[in-house]
Amino acid sequence: MSYEIWIMIVASLVGITCGVIGCFLILRKLAMLADAISHTVLLGIVLAFLISQSMNGLYMLIGAAVVGLFTAMLIQFLNHKGIQEDASIGVVFTFFFAIGVILITVFADSVHLDVDHALMGEIAFVPFDMVEIAFLPPLPKAFIMLMSILILNIILMMLFYKELKITSFDPALAAAIGMPVMFIHYLLMGMVSVSTVASFDSVGAILVVAMLIAPGASAYLLTNKLSHMLCLSAFFGVLAAISGYYVATWIDSSISGSMAMMSGVLFALVFIFSPTKGLLGKKINQKRFRTRTNAT
Amino acid sequence: MTNPIEIKKLTVAYDKTAVLKDIQFSVPKGSLTAIIGPNGAGKSTLIKAILGLIPKVSGDIKIYGKPYRAKDRLVGYVPQRGSVDWDFPTSALDVVLMGRYGHIGWFKRPGKEDMALAKESLKKVGMDAYANRQISQLSGGQQQRVFLARALVQDAQVYFMDEPFVGVDAATEKAIIQLLTDLKDQGKTVIVVHHDLQTVEEYFDHCILLNKEVIASGVTEEVFTLEQLHQTYGGKLAFLDKGKVMVEQTR
Repeated sequence: MSYEIWIMIVASLVGITCGVIGCFLILRKLAMLADAISHTVLLGIVLAFLISQSMNGLYMLIGAAVVGLFTAMLIQFLNHKGIQEDASIGVVFTFFFAIGVILITVFADSVHLDVDHALMGEIAFVPFDMVEIAFLPPLPKAFIMLMSILILNIILMMLFYKELKITSFDPALAAAIGMPVMFIHYLLMGMVSVSTVASFDSVGAILVVAMLIAPGASAYLLTNKLSHMLCLSAFFGVLAAISGYYVATWIDSSISGSMAMMSGVLFALVFIFSPTKGLLGKKINQKRFRTRTNAT
Repeated sequence: MTNPIEIKKLTVAYDKTAVLKDIQFSVPKGSLTAIIGPNGAGKSTLIKAILGLIPKVSGDIKIYGKPYRAKDRLVGYVPQRGSVDWDFPTSALDVVLMGRYGHIGWFKRPGKEDMALAKESLKKVGMDAYANRQISQLSGGQQQRVFLARALVQDAQVYFMDEPFVGVDAATEKAIIQLLTDLKDQGKTVIVVHHDLQTVEEYFDHCILLNKEVIASGVTEEVFTLEQLHQTYGGKLAFLDKGKVMVEQTR
C-alpha cells in the first residue's frame, strides 16, 4: 500500500483508539488525568528501554502501563491525603515527566529517542518502519501496535461495559451493590496508558491529549446515549485524522499538529452548531420557545 | 427474631476528628425510620458507613445478623440526587436498569427480565411515559423518582435513602410516601435521611435523632419530643405556632 494511505490508516487508528477511551475520561471528569498519564508514559518508555535494552513495543507497553497506573495511584493517594486533585496531578506528572526527560538526555547516546520526537511524534516516518509477522505482508509497526491495543480496548469495554457505565455515573451506588469501583478505575487508567503509548510514536505525548479529549467532548454535545457517544467519538477521531492529514500536506506542515488542530476545529464547529447543546441550537430553541409562548 | 439492622458502638472518623461516635441503635422489620439531625450531624456518613462506602474506626454493623455484604443483595440504596451528574448521556430507563447490575453478574448484559422489571418499577413511580427521556431533561422530582425506581428493582429487604424529599414537588413527595408505605406493607425496612421536621410524625413510625452521636432512637411518639429535639439541634430550633417545630435552615 502506498505511503499516504498507511499514514492515514495509522492516524485514523489513533483517532479511534483515543477517541473511544477518551469518552470515559470525560464522563468521569478525568480529562486532566489523561494529560498527566500521557506525559508520564514517557518515563515508562525510557525505563522499559533501559531495562530491556531494546525498542520492542511490548516492553514499552508494559513500562507505560506500569508507570501510568502508578501515576494514577499516586495522584489518588495524594488527593486522599488532602492535597487538591489538580495540585496532585500537577506535581506528580511534571515530576515523572522531568525524570523521563533527564534519563533521555543522560542516556542520549544509547536511546533511540529524543524529547522532540516524544512530545510531537512523527507519523510521517510510520510507513518506513515495517515488520513482517508470520504469513502477513509487511506492515508498519505502529499499525500493528495500534490495532492490537484497539482490539484489546474493545474487548475490555465489551466485557466491562455495564461496570464502566455505572462506576462513571454513580460510583456510590456501584460500590454499594458490590461493583469493584477501584478495579474499574485502574483498568481504565491502564487502558489509557497503553493507548497513549501506542499512539505516542505517531502523534507524541502532548498531542495525544487532543486525540483523547476533543473527539469525546464533541460527541458529548451531540448525543444522549453512551453507546452513540462512543461511536461518534471514534468517528470524530477519524475525521480529525484524515482532515488533519490533508491540511498538513496542503500547508506543508506537521501532520500530528494538524490532526490535533482539526480535532479542535471540529469541536468548535460542534460547539456552535450542535442542534440541542450547541450555541446556535440553544438560541434557536429559546427563540422558538419565546414565539410559541407569545402566540399562546 | 433478628432485627434487619443492628448497629453497635460504631465510630467513624475523618482524619482525627470523629464524625460519628459510639453509634448504637437497632431498627425493627417493616418500619419506616427517619434519621434526623442538623447539618453536619453525620446523617449521610452513617448510611455510607453502614454500606461500607467509607471505613469505620470501630464498631459492629449487622444486616439481618450478618456483616454487610453487597452480594447478599439485602440492601437497596438511594444516594442524594445531587451526587451524580444528570448530564450523563443516558435515559431514565437505563438508570433504573443500573439497579439490576448487582444481580446480573460479570460479563453479562441486562436481559429481558431485567428490562421488564425496570419498566414496571418506572410505572410504579409514575414515570413510564418518560422511560426514554434523557435524564437531564427531567425535573428534580422526576429525577428523584427515577432514583427510587432504581432502588425498587434492586429488590432488597432494607432500603437506605439519602434525602429523597429534598427539592421535589408536592406530587413527587406524595408518590414517594405512597412508595414507602407500600414497601413497609411488604415487610421491607426503610431508613430515610430526613430534613423536614414538620412531616416526621406524619410519615415515619420510628426516628433516630443524630448529632455525631445518637441522641435518641425508637418509636416516633417517644423519641420525637421537644426536649430531645433541643438536645439534637442545640440552639438552632425555631418555633412556630401550635407547638410545631422547624429548624432554621442553614442551606
